[in-house]
Amino acid sequence: MKRNDAMSKENADVWITGIGLLSSLGEGADVHWAAMSGKSGSTVTPVLDNENYAPYPVHPLVEVDYATQIQKRGDLRQMEPWQRIGTYTAGLALADAGLSGDLDALDHMDMIVAAGSGERDAEMDQKVLESTTGDNANKGNSNEILKSELRPTLFLAQLSNLLAGNISIVHKVTGSSRTYMGEELAGLASIENAYNRISKGQSDLMLIGGANNAERKDSLLIFELGQNLWGDEFKSIWERAQAGGGLVQGSVGAFLVMESAKHAKARGAKPYAKLSGISSDRCRRDDGQAKDNLDRQFDELSKGMQKGTLGVLSGASGAKQATAEELAFLQGLDDKGFQPVTRAYGSMMGHSFEAQMPAGLALAALALSKGEYLEPLDGSGVEASADAAPEQIMVTSVGHWRGEGLALLTSLDSKEAK
Amino acid sequence: MTNSMNDHLGRPVVVVTGMGVVTSLGQGQQDNWRDLTAAKSGIRHISRFSTEGLRTTIAGCVDFLNVDPYSAPALSIAMAESAASEAIEQANIGTKGDFPGPLFLATPPTELEWPQRRELYGEESESTLEGYDRLLSACRTNKHEEMQRLFQFASVGEHLADKYGTKGLPISLSTACASGGTAIQLGVEAIRRGDTDTALCVGTDGTVNLEALVRFSLLSALSTRNDPPEAAMASFSKDRDGFIMAEGAACLVLETYEKAKARGAEILGVLMGCGEHADDFHRTRTSPDGLPMIKTITKALEDAGIAPSDIGYVNAHGTSTPENDKMEYFSLKQAFGDVMETTPISSNKSMIGHTLSAAGAVEAVFSLMTMRNSMIPPTINYNTPDPDMGKIDAVPNKAREADVSAVISNSFGFGGQNVSVVYGREPK
Repeated sequence: MKRNDAMSKENADVWITGIGLLSSLGEGADVHWAAMSGKSGSTVTPVLDNENYAPYPVHPLVEVDYATQIQKRGDLRQMEPWQRIGTYTAGLALADAGLSGDLDALDHMDMIVAAGSGERDAEMDQKVLESTTGDNANKGNSNEILKSELRPTLFLAQLSNLLAGNISIVHKVTGSSRTYMGEELAGLASIENAYNRISKGQSDLMLIGGANNAERKDSLLIFELGQNLWGDEFKSIWERAQAGGGLVQGSVGAFLVMESAKHAKARGAKPYAKLSGISSDRCRRDDGQAKDNLDRQFDELSKGMQKGTLGVLSGASGAKQATAEELAFLQGLDDKGFQPVTRAYGSMMGHSFEAQMPAGLALAALALSKGEYLEPLDGSGVEASADAAPEQIMVTSVGHWRGEGLALLTSLDSKEAK
Repeated sequence: MTNSMNDHLGRPVVVVTGMGVVTSLGQGQQDNWRDLTAAKSGIRHISRFSTEGLRTTIAGCVDFLNVDPYSAPALSIAMAESAASEAIEQANIGTKGDFPGPLFLATPPTELEWPQRRELYGEESESTLEGYDRLLSACRTNKHEEMQRLFQFASVGEHLADKYGTKGLPISLSTACASGGTAIQLGVEAIRRGDTDTALCVGTDGTVNLEALVRFSLLSALSTRNDPPEAAMASFSKDRDGFIMAEGAACLVLETYEKAKARGAEILGVLMGCGEHADDFHRTRTSPDGLPMIKTITKALEDAGIAPSDIGYVNAHGTSTPENDKMEYFSLKQAFGDVMETTPISSNKSMIGHTLSAAGAVEAVFSLMTMRNSMIPPTINYNTPDPDMGKIDAVPNKAREADVSAVISNSFGFGGQNVSVVYGREPK
């Protein structure tokens, strides 16, 4: 199929038409909405595992019956948790968009997965370390241990692009398949790329998302190298930022179906919301650079935007400098004529790196489609209660190390959505 | 704007104005081309680590850049810098540290390696903790910021973005052994949709370490013909038995034809088209009907707006595994028809090994050099035709002079990744 990329004069509208969410809070869009909007009747409280990874609290994944989305046991056996979370959640998003099993649509669906990599075999690693360090430094033969202990299939379960590979195999998404890497900025860049491709006519149907497994020490290790983790009693994002900063990881899968309005209308798909703009950049994170980037991005993004109340779903990680600069940026919005109603959803779901931005977009799209908003998720005073549900929501992505970006979602009135 | 500035679909023509390359054969276009056309191999016995007890003990390592201590990201950065500096200098674009476009980087997934794990473990030698608990404890005792920076997935891309001042988020991508092709494809797409009029596309891979070697070996993907090392890769030959891991990097500076012309840049070649289709059959195997590969090749030709008979040379993925070479040639024959039997096809990998994430980018440089020098690099170690393939012109063992005006370069990877890119000469 040929697409006339550069020559379409009008940019296509980009809609979100499918949401897949999986986390400590449960499975599916509605469950997440109930947990974070206070609609379940109970107070909003995060789900935590404070014991198994102490001193680091993590948000553990809810119990999942993977077979409902990954039907072949052989497929499931080839994956470790990270790929299972992602493949399962991609299936939820496709089902939500009404695309499961629609082979014609899936054959031209373009996919970008924002990926880290899969779990290592912790027991084997320990065995190698015990037998090749300290008194054993010259005795052990890591060649022999690796040769005999490494499971051949484990390599494929670890490979970054094999999350996308599994989604192709299990769900038949085959139009194109790209895997972006780079922690939070991979999630941000994949959404930006999808937005650009759809709006310029290079694609009309895309699957975007990522996964994080918080319950693995090899991943905790990577981030604790620089002492980035929060290793104390749980606090919410803004409270942690005030108390020295630190990440609390969450097991999360977040996938979105993004689609041109024309394509969605033609197949009668119901949109959650419109992605009306996205902006991103990087810096070396010298003092104030991240805030400057966000200010500049906001000035660009807010052109033509209705001033007043602005919903902000912050993807803040709790990392000290990044979160402080994002907060300073948000507090400066008032001077630009916008009153942010901020919710750092990481306080409830934990931080999920590559999946963080997709999860934020999913929540924003849900809020706009329901005409409701999230309850404050934090007691620091940053998150005031909302008088009314915002009609425009900005999702922020400030990587714990690199990458800054903002996305703007707007609600579709019933006329537009038909 | 003249008509030749746009392609057959009205999109801006994308050209190459700078190239750089590093492989086990050496550093830079000149050295690589000299050895490649002299049918030399860069595959050697591995000296970086002990290969005692391993089935495969050879690789195409890049040991001449003096990266010490070795780690995959450190070597990947050093090779990428070498290739990018060469390409940017040739393109003579921007100013130092201020490249006027985004970075698309094919880079291997990063993970902490054994020397680092051992270092951390050793720091807590008095600890009663074991395994990862002890490693985490070492992190709480001492901050290892440098180590963290090096082993983030964004590490190589951020390093290059800092050094070259590329614009916007650096895109680090992995489509396994198709990554280099994907990086170029993303650059082309960004220029065609008007996001930018120039892009820096880099592929790099420095992952010849113990665990990576064992991993590929356990998948039975590697050749075990260790002696002599240069004879191991036998792409398209009946006796081929797997690939040899190798290191390398390559870089292309892409621009719109219009902008390159306006600034008087030398046009090294044209990015005519890209094709892609994912395979849903198996994690490491190709659909038996070859359909995803056939679609990939056909889409690339359609995107380029040319017929199979316009292709003067196929730069094969040619990994020398029994499966790849058979399926690649089968798919080419399906997509091309009879004309494939007389179209020259060769595998650069027969000499430089499989540079994994970098392969599509490295082979892009060699595809462009093939047209510029009117010389097709050979498939070395092609001694026993494979009757299953039928008639094939594998450019056996000796480079061949040929006037080539369009090349298709294939890149296929685990996870059902398929990318083909068509390169051409500057329009007359």
